[in-house]
This record gives sequence, C-alpha cells and structure tokens, in this order.
Amino acid sequence: MNINATLIGQAIWFALFVFFCMKFVWPPISRALDERKQKIAEGLSAADRAERDLELAQEKASANLKDAKDKASEIIEQANRRANQIVEEAKDQARTEGERLIAKAQSEIDQEINRAREELRKEVSALALSGAEKVLAREVNRDSHKQLLDELAAQL
Amino acid sequence: MAASSASEYIKHHLGNLTYGQLPAGYERTCHGHDQTLNDATWTFACNAQEASDMGFAAFHVDSLAWSGGLGILMCFLFWLMARKASAGTPSGMLNFVEMIIEFIDTQVRDSFHGKSKLIAPLSLVIFCWVFLMNLMDLIPVDWVPLTFQWIMTTFFGWSAHEAYFRIVPTTDPNITMSMSICVFFLVVFYSIKVKGVGGFMAELSFKPFEAKGPLGKIILLPINLVLETISLLSKPVSLGLRLFGNMYAGEFVFILVAAMMGTWQAVAAWPWAVFHILVITLQAFIFMVLTIVYMSMAVEEH
Repeated sequence: MNINATLIGQAIWFALFVFFCMKFVWPPISRALDERKQKIAEGLSAADRAERDLELAQEKASANLKDAKDKASEIIEQANRRANQIVEEAKDQARTEGERLIAKAQSEIDQEINRAREELRKEVSALALSGAEKVLAREVNRDSHKQLLDELAAQL
Repeated sequence: MAASSASEYIKHHLGNLTYGQLPAGYERTCHGHDQTLNDATWTFACNAQEASDMGFAAFHVDSLAWSGGLGILMCFLFWLMARKASAGTPSGMLNFVEMIIEFIDTQVRDSFHGKSKLIAPLSLVIFCWVFLMNLMDLIPVDWVPLTFQWIMTTFFGWSAHEAYFRIVPTTDPNITMSMSICVFFLVVFYSIKVKGVGGFMAELSFKPFEAKGPLGKIILLPINLVLETISLLSKPVSLGLRLFGNMYAGEFVFILVAAMMGTWQAVAAWPWAVFHILVITLQAFIFMVLTIVYMSMAVEEH
C-alpha cells in the first residue's frame, strides 16, 4: 500500500477523461436533451392548439348541420304546402268540371224532355185529331175547327 | 491456490503490479536468480519489499491500466452515444446514457448554483468511472490474477509469486487519493477564481470565530486559520479515504472468503457480492455528490 507516482498517472487519466467528456460528450447530449425538451413543449402546445381548433371546427360543423336541417325542414314544409295547394286546386277544378258536366247533362236532358214533350204533343194532337176525325167522320171541317183543335193541342 | 498459506494468499492478492525505479547497488532475487543492480533501474517489483523500496518513483501498472482502460471504455461509449444524440426519439443504449446524464444534471442543478461548464462533465466522469472501477470488485477474486499469473509464468519466465495483479483500482489508495486531490485543487482554484486570493484567505482567516473590531479579528486569526485549514485539508483526505476504505474492506472480505473456502467461495461470496452492489453504487454516488458540494461551497459566498 505504497503511495507513489500512481497518483500522478491517475491524475493524468482523470484530467484526460474529464476534458474529453467536457468537450465531446456532455455538450452534444445535453444540447440534444434541451432541444428535445423544447420540441416536446412545442408539440404539447401544438396539441393544445389543435384541440381548440377541433372544438371550433366541431362547433362550426354542428352549426352548419343545424342550418341544413332547418333549411331542409323548411323546404319540406313548403313542398307539403305546395302539394296541398295543388290537391286543393285539382279538387276545385274537378268539382267545377263535374258541376259543369252535370249542368250540361241536365240541360241536354231538359232539351230532350222538351223535344220529346213537343213530339209527344204533336203526336197526341195528331192522334186526337185523327180520333176525332174518325169519331165525327168528316163532320169536322179541318179549317173551321182549326182554332178548337189548336186549343186542344195546346192543352195537351 | 497459488500461495502456500492463507496469509500469503491474502498478501499476494493485496499487492499491486509495481513498475518503478530501484536504486543503484540494490540486491535482489528475481525470476529465480540473485543480482546486484549496477545503476538505478526501472523494473517490475518482484516482491512487496521491492515495491516499497522503490519509493515514490513507481507506478501501480495494474491500477493505472484498469482505471485507464475502464475510463477509455466509458469515454468511448459516451462518445458513440453523443454522436447519435439528437432531438428525435432515443433508443437502446442512448436512452441509458441520457438517463445517467439527466440524473447527474439534476444532482448538479440541485446543489451547484454557480455557472460552470466543468462541474457537470466532472461529475459524470466521477460517477461513471468510479462506478466502473468499483464494479471490478464483483469479478471473482482469482479469475483475472490467475490468468495474468499463467501468462507471466508461461511466456515471460516469472515466478508465480512475483505476478501481482489487482483489478479493482479503487482499492488502491493512490487512485482514490489522486482523484480527491484533483478535486481539492479544483476547489481551491474555483474559490480563488470566484472570490479572489483575498477573499479566499479571508474565508480561511475570519471564520468560524467572528469578531467585530480589528483587534478581535487579529486575536482570533491564528485559531481560525488553523481550524479552517484543517477543515479544508480534511476534505480531500476524507473524500479519497472513504472510497478507498469502503472498497478495500469489500475486496478484503472477498479475498478472505476465497482464502477460507477455496472452491466453495461462491457460497459466501455471492451474498456478499449482492450486498456489495449497493456499496459500489453508493460510494460512486457519494464521491460525486461530495465533489459537487465542495465545488458549490467553493463558488458560493457564505
């Protein structure tokens, strides 16, 4: 356990290693660590920002969605209204058309009735006349009894 | 077992491979023959007596080789990792190195409030290097020395008992004291750099006993100077001896166990090794923390 020049040798080793680490080991690694620290801090703040952005975007998206929904329901309502209106109009048209047709048919019927009645009257007066002619056997002068016969025909 | 008795075995395990200068006219028995040195000669010590006769002009080759080798390995690994280091995602070994660096950075920031480019890498080197050197303690005590012995006896014609080899540099007081003295010089250097020579001397002279007037100051100056100088000098001594003492004691237990139990040493050495992992890490950590504390005391006014 002698104390000797090993002291000096070890001191030289020590100085060499400390110098080496001071020059070539500590600075690059500690710089890398610092840079990474900064990078992580930036990353975290970016993540925060992104989260805020996301929130904003979500808000915007939901607002847009709501708008779209409102618009869609409005459009649907309008369409419904329009459809109802069309149906109503169609109904009205149908009703008036129907009424018109009915009225037309009625008037045709009335005309037919009148014509039939007219013909019938003529036939009945002719029949009555012929009957009366037969009954009276020429005693009736067509010309002299014409007024009477007309009155008869008018009463039928 | 290489040595004939347990005590010789233990002594052999506690001897360093020493390369140093033997004085002229030194009589020695080495590699199996007697010789008298004509001139002062640089050579490997053949026994403990020669190693101590070499005095200061000697190097513990094993301690220096292992500490240097481990330090180079550490620096090389750190350098590889430093080249890969980037702000991107780290992986594998780089993760581990970054973890260590972060840990040491926290330690330094916690106790050292000055600005210094030196203190953090200094702490890094101390912690990792001392840890690696301590870690050698966990290699079973005979593996490396016996391998060395085999190489030296087979290829270089040494006798088995001449081949000293220790692989735990921190069980060599030269190694630990050398580091603590370096730290001490740094402390003094930083004290003077920050406070100036006057401030440094004032700190030694006017504390811990303070007086108001100049007369009182002069009266208290000698006792203050003695106290403060002792406390200043005790720092490197305690720093170096603490690490040395702990590691030496741990190593000694391993050697004792090996000497007593031989082949069956693992039964006792394994539990001790498990416990020793704690000591190894703790001592490296303590050495680093105390270094930081001493440095911060040097820089701060108090």
